Formats: sequence, C-alpha cells, structure tokens
Amino acid sequence: MLSNVDRPRAALFVTCMVDTLYPHVGKAAQQLLEYYGASVVIPEAQTCCGQPAFNAGYRNEARKVARHFLDVFWPAVQKGDVEAIVAPSGSCVAMVRVFYDVLFSDKADELDAQRARDLQPVTYELTQYLVDVLGVEQTAARFSGKLTYHPCCHLLRELHVDEQPRRLLSGSKGLESVTLPGADDCCGFGGLFAVKNAELSTAMGRRKVANVEASGADAVVMNDVSCMTHINGLLERGGHSCRAIHIAEVLTARQGKDHGKSVSR
Amino acid sequence: MTVDVNAPYRQRVSQALQDDSLRTALDRATARLSERRAEAVAAIDSARLRDEARAIRQSAIEDLPRLLEQLESNLIGNGCAVHWARDAAEATSIVLEIARRNEVLHVVKSKSMVTEEIGLNEALEENGIEVVETDLGEYIIQLANEPPSHIIAPVIHKRVEDISELFHRELGMPPTDDPAEMCGAARGILRAEFLRADIGISGCNFAIAETGTICVITNEGNGRMVTSMPRVYVAVAGIEKVVSTAEEAILLWQAASRNATGQDVSVYFSMSSGPRHPGHADGPEEMHVVLLDNGRSRMLERAYGDAALCIRCGACINVCPVYREIGGHAYGRTPYNGPIGAVITPLLADDPTTVRDLPFASSLCGACRDVCPVKIDLPRLLLDLRSDMTTQGASPKLERMAIRAYARSMERPACYRLLQRLARLVGQLPLRLPFMKDWTRTRDLPPLASKSFLETWGEE
Repeated sequence: MLSNVDRPRAALFVTCMVDTLYPHVGKAAQQLLEYYGASVVIPEAQTCCGQPAFNAGYRNEARKVARHFLDVFWPAVQKGDVEAIVAPSGSCVAMVRVFYDVLFSDKADELDAQRARDLQPVTYELTQYLVDVLGVEQTAARFSGKLTYHPCCHLLRELHVDEQPRRLLSGSKGLESVTLPGADDCCGFGGLFAVKNAELSTAMGRRKVANVEASGADAVVMNDVSCMTHINGLLERGGHSCRAIHIAEVLTARQGKDHGKSVSR
Repeated sequence: MTVDVNAPYRQRVSQALQDDSLRTALDRATARLSERRAEAVAAIDSARLRDEARAIRQSAIEDLPRLLEQLESNLIGNGCAVHWARDAAEATSIVLEIARRNEVLHVVKSKSMVTEEIGLNEALEENGIEVVETDLGEYIIQLANEPPSHIIAPVIHKRVEDISELFHRELGMPPTDDPAEMCGAARGILRAEFLRADIGISGCNFAIAETGTICVITNEGNGRMVTSMPRVYVAVAGIEKVVSTAEEAILLWQAASRNATGQDVSVYFSMSSGPRHPGHADGPEEMHVVLLDNGRSRMLERAYGDAALCIRCGACINVCPVYREIGGHAYGRTPYNGPIGAVITPLLADDPTTVRDLPFASSLCGACRDVCPVKIDLPRLLLDLRSDMTTQGASPKLERMAIRAYARSMERPACYRLLQRLARLVGQLPLRLPFMKDWTRTRDLPPLASKSFLETWGEE
C-alpha cells in the first residue's frame, strides 16, 4: 500500500450536473480514484466550468464562471496540493482544456489565460486519468446484462479520448459488451441546443435510442451525465427497459447486486 | 417539397421532421456519400492531402489581392472580359447586360451554388430569358420548381420514387424505378437545350491565377457543354476561389472529389482559359468572368477567414447529424446548408441577425471538422458566430436573463448551494421554468438528488 505521501493527488471536479442530479456518480468517481491509488481532494467552493453559457454564445457570463473555476482549482495545482484535476465528464474537461483558450483569448484576459494554460495539461476526464495516469488496465466491475458504449462527442472529438473507456470496459472480465450501431453519432443533447432546438434534438436522440435498442444492450454506458440525461429521458418516456449509465457507475458496480440500485434512476 | 424555405426557422425544421420520405431520402444518400468518402480517403495518405489542401487554400487567401490581380490580367490576356461585382445586385445586372447585348433568349447552366446565392435564375427569368439547368439534379429540382438542398447533390431530398412521379407528371414519362432510364430522358431533352442556348453560365470551383483559367468540376460532362457550346460563356466566381497554380487546382480537385463523392477524381474537370481563338475548332466566341465579393471580404476581415477556405465538397453536410434529420431546405433561402452553410450564410448576409438561428442549429458534435478536407474548425466558427449573435442582442430576453442568473450563482458557491436547496424545497422547480417545457414535452427529467454530492461529502 502506498503511503498518502506517495499517492498521486487529484482534485475531483465533480461538475454541477453530477453534484445536483447524480451525486452517486460523483461518489463512484471518488471511489474509483481512491481504489486505484489516488488521494482525492474535493474543493468545496467548486461549481461549474462555464460551458452552458459558452456554448450558448454568452462569453462574458461564461468567463465569470470560468474565472471562479480557476480561482478554485488553480491555487491547489499551483501550491502543489494536487497534481491533477479530474472530472467525470468529457465535455467539462474539454471546456477547460480546449475552450478556455477561446474564452480568454483577449489581451485583457492574459492572466486568466495563463492560469488556464497551467491547468489544461493536468485536467483529465475520469477514464483518461485512470488509464493514462494511474495505469488501470482492468477493473473488478461486474454487470448482470449486456453493455454497449456510446462515445460522447466532446470526449471523442475534442479530447480524443476513446481507447481509455473502451479498454476499461473490455478489460473488465465481469462485463459483456455489444456493438452500438452508429456509435459515433451525436445523441442530440448539445447543451442549450436540447431546449432551443427541442424537436430536432429529440429526433437525433430517438435515432440514438433506436440504435441502442438494435444493439440488444441492457444498458448504454457513457462518460457524460448530460448525454446520459438526454438518452435516459427518451428511453424512459418511450417505455424502454434499457438505461443509460455513467461509466463510473459501471466500473464500481460489483457482483451484479448493485446493478438495480446504481443504474441512474 | 414539404419544407417552405420562406417560413420561419422553427416551422421549417418542424416541417422537415414530419416528412418521413425526406428522412428516407436523406438517410439513403448521406449514408452512401459518407461511406464512399470514408473509403476514398482511407485509400490514400489523407492526412497529407488535408495538410496540402489547407496550405494551398490558406496561402491563396493570404495572398488574395495579388492573386486576383494576376488572375484578372491573365484572363484579359486570354481574351476574357472580367467584371467585378460587389454584391448580388451588381453581379446579376452584369450578367443581364451581357445577355441583353447579345440578344439572348436561352441560357443553359451548369450546377452552381454561387448563382443560387445571387438569385441569377430569377433575375434572368424576370427579364424574359429562359434558363435551363443541365446538371441532372438541378434539372430535376428546376422541374419541381424547388431550390437545391445540398451543395453537391441538389436533389438529395428526393427519393427515386419521387423523381419518377415528377418525370411522369412534368414530362409525361411512364413511371419507372430505373434512374438510368430517367437520366436518359433528361439527357435527350438537355441535348436540344445545349444546341439552342445562346449563353452558357457556370460557377467556378477554382480560378487559376497564373494561367487565367476557370475550372468546373462535374460528373456528367454538362459543364463542358455549357462552357463550350453556346456562343457566349459566363463564369461567376466568388473571389475566394482563386488559387495560384494549375498544380494547386489539380490537388484541390482531387481533395474535393474524394470528399464529395468518394471518387479519385470527378469524371470531368473542365478548364476554360478564354474564348475561341482563330483556328480553334470550337469554344465560345465570348467569355466573361464575374468576380463576386458579396460579403466575402467582410468575412475575411472579421476573423472568419477559415470559412473562406471551403472547397464546397459537402463532406461536412453528409456527416452532420442535424442535416441528416432536416435536410437543406430547413436552413432557409440559402444554397449553403449543413455545418458550412450555418457558418457562411450568416457571414455572407448583410444583416446576420436575419439568419440568427443557423449558428445554433448544431449540437457542436464536431463530426464536420473531422472530415473537412481543408480542416475548417466549423464548431469553433459556430461558437464565434453564436457569441456575435448574443453580443448583438439577437437572443431571446428570457434566455439572456436565465444565463445571467446562472453565471451569477455559479460564481458564488453559497448562492449555488442555496439555489440547489431552494429547487429541492419547491419540488421540481426546474420543470416549471418555461424553457424546460421544451425538454419535458418529449423527454423525462430526473429528480433532483435529495442531497448534492458536495453536501454529502461535507457531512462525512
């Protein structure tokens, strides 16, 4: 057993959606990090990364929220309290890693831009951190049913993280995976897009749901609770038995007995 | 066509989503085009082709004024007349004037989005000139009296069975499910039109500065007929179409072909470097080139230069999960749709707020950027346009208020926690917010957790 001093230290950015709607996903992420050898710090003042406002075109508002994120996490990294920031969300990590550059591109924001640049290389999506930093190859996860994997767009195309979650799922002997047709297609969530273009978003989501059905999976696994909320919203309304679940829930699920409980509502 | 391109955005999207045969047509065609493209780029060093294509387009845009001057002087040297058009009105009046001077009654056209952009057909027809589109897809939609719905496959919104019905109705042709048979019928009619036409009008895929050459990509050979058979040939080219050398044009031709249709190169590549010279067997007696700005310099000045790199292959459209649901007409009265259309339509518009919905018609999934042969960061441009739109106040008041409230509470942790508690106290507060109805109409919403993660953690 590593002593606390030798363990990699990670600050968990739980994200506003997980915090408010899916605390068990946050708990699962924390457990995974600790189980696989990290010591976890949870800054209490954390809120949101600013993405909802940014994607909707409100950069001033997004900057305010992003500055708060920097105020909370930058000192922890700067002082050496943690070496990494980990979030159970591809899109929130993409916001920090990719879009903070856009958000703080004005000369007037150079200080924040620098703080963002300091954090970008050490901000990880959960499975990215588990595989790339902690070197996890397989887990003791079990799931009593067939799983399929939906790569969330920002994780796949902004962070280029795809192999890590797939490796964790396929490397875990207790999990049975099936292929999802049209896996790389967007589920139609897209933040405010889901309400601004509700009808269109629903049509895209229904296509995803039809593909999930066709895969024969009992649950579709993904790394973002936003897409999960969208897909579950449609699955539930459509009376489907299949559910979307967050990968942290799957990877912490054991012996199948947790299944019913840990699957997102 | 069930989508009224003149209806408001929401209505257009709704109309498109309710049309099952549109969905079938789009599914078939976009899947086929995407698969072919994927195979064609997998067969080569596509990363290198992308780098080279982007570099060519970038250097052309950076050197635009010089290249345009060189193009103009070489076109004139080749015997062409060169006309500069600031906007759509100038461009159409230039073409009308050429037509008037030549006492033109019949025009044949090769498929061209830039002439759709300036409304050239309408302008000619209003002046009593008959216009016949000679690209098969364009011919079909002209018969149906509809605008194109895709930049390379203008009739993508129709199924074979729809076209058969149209040919039956308009041409009296017996119903058939054989595309070749319908193509044969159209070819017979078009052959006569080529012989009858006084002017041929085309767009321009690339304009080669060093040789003064207009290049047109087609698969049907109609481009060559349009540019060489009638007495007068007019090419309309956006100023961003210029490239420096013939080698560059040929590389871009390959990039466009592979990404548009999955071909190594298109069947035809028609290069026109001026009118017929003494001793030439054929070719037009006059060749005119209209160089069109129509918002392009503004686009370049406003840090949206990347959008000008586009070579109009349509790959971004074919992989777009939004386009696949709604098709091109839902984007409104613009020939440019899909992700690239959602970017350039507002950029080319005099008043971008008239098309303010387009940059928001994307889930920002990024599939478009991954296929773009010149690596245009389309999601990034959409994000920038969204920011412009909200800065210009083109966003709903309620939305603005909600976003402000969100930002204010997210930058104050105590406020954020209080909001969470308040929401729980009131029960399903989020459900009562007006814009959430748009969510709950078709989707369930999870309940708020009885305790947030941070609360639970704070207690431990």
